[in-house]
Amino acid sequence: MFAVLELLPGNAAQVILGETATAESIAAMEEKLGLNQPAAVRYARWMGGLLQGQTGISISYDTPTAELMAERMQVTLPLAVMAMALTVALALALGVYAASRQNKAGDVGVMTLSQMGLAIPNFWLAILLILLFAVHLQWVSAGGFPGWTEDSGGGVWPAIAALILPAMALAAVQTAILTRVTRSAVLDTLREDFVRTARAKGLSRRQVLWGHVLRNAMIPVLTVMGLQFGNLITSAIVIENVFVLPGIGRLIFQAIANRDLIVVRDVVMLLSALVILINFAIDVLYAWIDPRLKVTHG
Amino acid sequence: MAEQGFWQRARRHSSFVAGGCMVALLILSACLSLLWSPYPVGDIDIPNKLALPSAAHWLGTDSLGRDIASLLLVGSQNSLLVGFIAVGIGLGAGVPLGLLAAARRGCVEELVMRAADFTFAFPALLSAIMLTAIYGPGLVVSIVAIGIFNIPVFARITRGAAQAVWSRDYCTAARAAGKGPWRITLDHVLPNILSVLIVQATIQFAIAILAEAALSYLGLGTQPPQASWGRMLNEAQSQMFQAPMLAVYPGVAIALAVLGLNLMGDGLRDLLDPRLARQR
Repeated sequence: MFAVLELLPGNAAQVILGETATAESIAAMEEKLGLNQPAAVRYARWMGGLLQGQTGISISYDTPTAELMAERMQVTLPLAVMAMALTVALALALGVYAASRQNKAGDVGVMTLSQMGLAIPNFWLAILLILLFAVHLQWVSAGGFPGWTEDSGGGVWPAIAALILPAMALAAVQTAILTRVTRSAVLDTLREDFVRTARAKGLSRRQVLWGHVLRNAMIPVLTVMGLQFGNLITSAIVIENVFVLPGIGRLIFQAIANRDLIVVRDVVMLLSALVILINFAIDVLYAWIDPRLKVTHG
Repeated sequence: MAEQGFWQRARRHSSFVAGGCMVALLILSACLSLLWSPYPVGDIDIPNKLALPSAAHWLGTDSLGRDIASLLLVGSQNSLLVGFIAVGIGLGAGVPLGLLAAARRGCVEELVMRAADFTFAFPALLSAIMLTAIYGPGLVVSIVAIGIFNIPVFARITRGAAQAVWSRDYCTAARAAGKGPWRITLDHVLPNILSVLIVQATIQFAIAILAEAALSYLGLGTQPPQASWGRMLNEAQSQMFQAPMLAVYPGVAIALAVLGLNLMGDGLRDLLDPRLARQR
């Protein structure tokens, strides 16, 4: 991120102030951003600040970006978590069902649905959901977010209700991907010897599927889930704009419109760090799901 | 003989045939729009705005009175252009890097793969946002961002597939016969991983179309007066109560193009590598 800003044509102060800025205002902005110091010093100061939880000051809001991001994450994070919960619940059920009915009508139906889910852009699905539920049925509003507290005119339930359609739009594509991965992993596990042994000792097909096969099929499923959570957070940028939600996606767009490079830099940094953190958490989960991996690494 | 066998099997593969037809339709639309479209896409006709489908305007008109069918036809050019160039960037830079990592191993491989991991931490959308913040919105910026995201994808796929080929007996035999790593890469490794790359290219092509549509929808990609399916969806959203069908046509076009490429990719994987088909 730092290198990208260093590679700017002209300099960051010029980009922020625009083509028509005077030499004096550019010099003042360079001073404010610390651009008159060597790159190594600025990098050390930036990284040091980040490690102490101090971020840059937004140019358009004149507020630390950490505060802005913390406020906006109150919308984006619950949205991503709701979408992920929906994805996992649907994909595990559909994937296991499809695998247990391999090449039969149920399997073909699920795979056709997942193929369509992969092809539909999530922002288009979001528009279609608004058309159906907000325009035709008028069950929910077409967008906006009332806030989590009653003081702000919202509350927990109104806030959750405002996030349901965006979460559905976000979850559709991810469900299609995870269903295919789950089906494939369950099919691979079903061929293992221990499955035959479990059936031979008298366990029902359902008990074997949900009690033995699913847990053993979880490693590839978890890997994809980790990647998906990162995707969900970045896809939320688009979906928040469709539903006019005041989340991190809206923040970054307002920042682009205001040429607030500090906010853009810190938001991109936060989202990338989240993607890396989630994948790390998934690595830790592997050992819990499959204790043999702990022995291998230990 | 081998080629004939491929086409004979391809004709019987329903997913490949369905996907191929959709992709052919996309290419034909783009080619046709270069020569002809019902109306010029820049033609604004306010008195005729939001017209319903008729003989004059097959799919009606938008809020500026522009012909929807013409916008869809010309918009296909954009999707194809982005797909070809973004996949080209990925193939052009990612494949040599992946081949280099597989051929040299050691610290070269570590360097290439860690660089790929680093780039992978920035999804196409984030890269595009970052570049847009610096260079301003536009088609070129979005193509570059999507293309950069494709580089680590192709580098990883190439390195994995190439490593498998390097461990085969015929590569050991070629080395014993005195061939150098670059000769072996060109004569044996590359031809044997081509099928994997072709399949991945169709997948990345579909992803590029989706990414371009998302960026144009957000106003970061294609700029007016150029026609783009994502941009059409953006403009349709503000007319959702008066003309809901405006939000349907471009979405169907994107979904069909992506579905076609995905089906063709699945079909190609089955046809080019039957072992993978059995595993699925």
